[in-house]
Amino acid sequence: MNLLTDTLGMTEFWANVVIMLIVCTIVFAVFALMSGITSWAERRIAGRMQSRYGCNRVGPQGILQFVADAVKLILKEDLIPDGADRFLYKITPYLCLMGVLATLVVLPLGSRAMMVADLNVGVLYFISITSIVVIGILMAGWSSNNKWSLLGGMRSAAQIVSYEIPVAMSLLTPILIAGSLSVGDLLDSQGWLPWEWTAFQTPFSALAFFVFFIGSLAEGNRTPFDLPEAESELVSGFNTEYSGFRFAVFFMAEYGNVFLIGLSTTALFLGGPNLPGFLQGNPFLSVAVMMLKTIFIMFVVIWLRWTLPRFRIDQLMDLSWKYLLPCALIAFFGQSVFMLVAHQIPAITQITSIVVFIVFLLIMIKFIGRIRTNYKEQSIPVGLN
Amino acid sequence: MTSELKTEHITINMGPQHPSTHGVIRFVIKTDGEIIHECDPDVGYLHRGIEKIAESVTWQGFVPFTDRVDYLASMNANWAYCMAVEEMLGTEVPERAEYIRVIAGELNRISSHLVAIGAADMDMGAITPFVQLLREREYINDLLEMICGARLTYNYYSIGGVNYDLPEGFSIKVMGFLDHFEVAVEQMHRLVTYNQIFINRFANVAAVSPEMAMDYNFVGPNLRGSGVKYDVRRNKPYSIYDKLDFEIPIGTASVGTLGDCYDRYFVRVEEIRESVKILRQCLQQIPEGEIQAKVKNAIKPPVGHKYIRTETPRGDTGYFIYSDGKTSPSRLKIRTGSFTGMSIIPELARNIFIADLVAVIGSLDIVAPELDR
Repeated sequence: MNLLTDTLGMTEFWANVVIMLIVCTIVFAVFALMSGITSWAERRIAGRMQSRYGCNRVGPQGILQFVADAVKLILKEDLIPDGADRFLYKITPYLCLMGVLATLVVLPLGSRAMMVADLNVGVLYFISITSIVVIGILMAGWSSNNKWSLLGGMRSAAQIVSYEIPVAMSLLTPILIAGSLSVGDLLDSQGWLPWEWTAFQTPFSALAFFVFFIGSLAEGNRTPFDLPEAESELVSGFNTEYSGFRFAVFFMAEYGNVFLIGLSTTALFLGGPNLPGFLQGNPFLSVAVMMLKTIFIMFVVIWLRWTLPRFRIDQLMDLSWKYLLPCALIAFFGQSVFMLVAHQIPAITQITSIVVFIVFLLIMIKFIGRIRTNYKEQSIPVGLN
Repeated sequence: MTSELKTEHITINMGPQHPSTHGVIRFVIKTDGEIIHECDPDVGYLHRGIEKIAESVTWQGFVPFTDRVDYLASMNANWAYCMAVEEMLGTEVPERAEYIRVIAGELNRISSHLVAIGAADMDMGAITPFVQLLREREYINDLLEMICGARLTYNYYSIGGVNYDLPEGFSIKVMGFLDHFEVAVEQMHRLVTYNQIFINRFANVAAVSPEMAMDYNFVGPNLRGSGVKYDVRRNKPYSIYDKLDFEIPIGTASVGTLGDCYDRYFVRVEEIRESVKILRQCLQQIPEGEIQAKVKNAIKPPVGHKYIRTETPRGDTGYFIYSDGKTSPSRLKIRTGSFTGMSIIPELARNIFIADLVAVIGSLDIVAPELDR
């Protein structure tokens, strides 16, 4: 800032603009790279799960495949179907991408200082800006002049609007704990130890974490909630008619969404970039911690996609309105009551969080045990010929 | 001043090119949003006139064409045709050849059911089970390649026996495969069959009562899925099936109503296990001996007609042959299971979701070339 104003003689306003532009470029570059790498990771992981290789030709282990794909898509002709609403059809992909990108403004890539803007209503902004994606998808479905696309768009509108409510409700719990709507304050309210994370603070916040994760899967159109682009039913749904660069933008928004699910879950529930006291504020380590947690969540999202079948539209709605929404409300009220009680006896908070974390660990141990059983009981490959 | 908002149903084309129609089939559906009001299956996109071709090729020359009737189970299609001609000629097939026929036919039944189950899984959005089941099918393709050199259209059965004897060490390899395969089926169950989402999608969807199934002339696993215990291998035994010990699995409404998609799906899974049982018995009992009965080069069956029924993976497949004593059939008619399965779709597809129609098609195991021939 000083450099710009003093040596280059800029006014404060223009210095701010330049800094903002630089920051936005960095964030966008990270986002584009991450969404590309996510698509590569997804294909490799899927290949691993399905006894095949996945892409391994372009670059070491195929990691440059997404670059090749993007180049191919950009070189392709940009078709606009007959009878399409040309204006809407053209702007839609950017609207989708914008909805996803704008979320990054309030999410940290590292420590609290590494946010584009630490808004004092950050969580509210986060909830509302993600809704732009649904307008994009709905417009894509409508403007393509394709009935399958239209069905995909309608499904998506119904789905995202319904799931937004439990997601927003579940975010009330961390807001209660932090006592603030700012994402930075939410980060500061958590510690670096697992039982100091919001997700394991109380049974209620654990419930809220669960609701939030499932809800964001649904908002990101990921299996088991990928109805808007149901490959086998709607022939890839709302983006059927898109080709070339516009499709590439949709693609980027979709995989960027996976990155966002990881980033938001980590920041809001899993302790974010917090480090032990003496390392607190180390920029490299905090980015590393943040990214490690994000990548783990992204892996879980991809893992779910290649394991589970897809819901039907009515079952999807049932899940949202009959189960997730009540769960989110219970989490909110439970947390409120808990905080009233814990206000009088401070030791309770510590003990509860450790107990919740131990319960979580036990569940994980049970889960790993089941994975081991699966491995033990898997069949030996046969060597014919 | 009230004016009703005018609404109309959308007419959507599902197919001919659609990922979940399992081939080139077209469904014209009228929907109210997600709910189907009317569904009209339109068949014939894969009609190749195979029945007409029969009239211009020799009796032996038609065997490769039967491969193309049902490419997922061409062994069984070969078998049905060869049996029909043998009945007309009065040829006795040697016992070893009968055993080989059962082994090849049952291996092919397993591979066909694997595709049926896998495709149903994929239609529900679970892609991994499909790929894993196709991997198992590759092993079966390898085994069948060992005995006849082909992996999809085998042309293995001949009139009066089979074309080649089993290669050396074949039974050990099949046994090894079966040991591996039984575990793999269990693994598949854990992955998808007992998955709650999958059960939700299949249970209570498009239930077909036993009466309805018989009214619509269901055959094979679809009929048994509705709880009717009828299997041509048991009720009208042919070949050596009366010597073999196996169960006929039927739908039991384990998670939903009787005859729903899940029952039809599960019957196929159970049939795979029974086929494994049959294979084990055959491999132990198989005798030495001839594999081909003496059949003249130019076959001229006596004037007359014959109708033969066999149990293929898609149910009761019948070959009606009319001979006028010449070197090629005078008329040949193939009756297939997919076609009868198709006829119930307009009935089942009323007031269900589009996603359910996909489940119905998947669970009926419709194969387009067999449908149109």
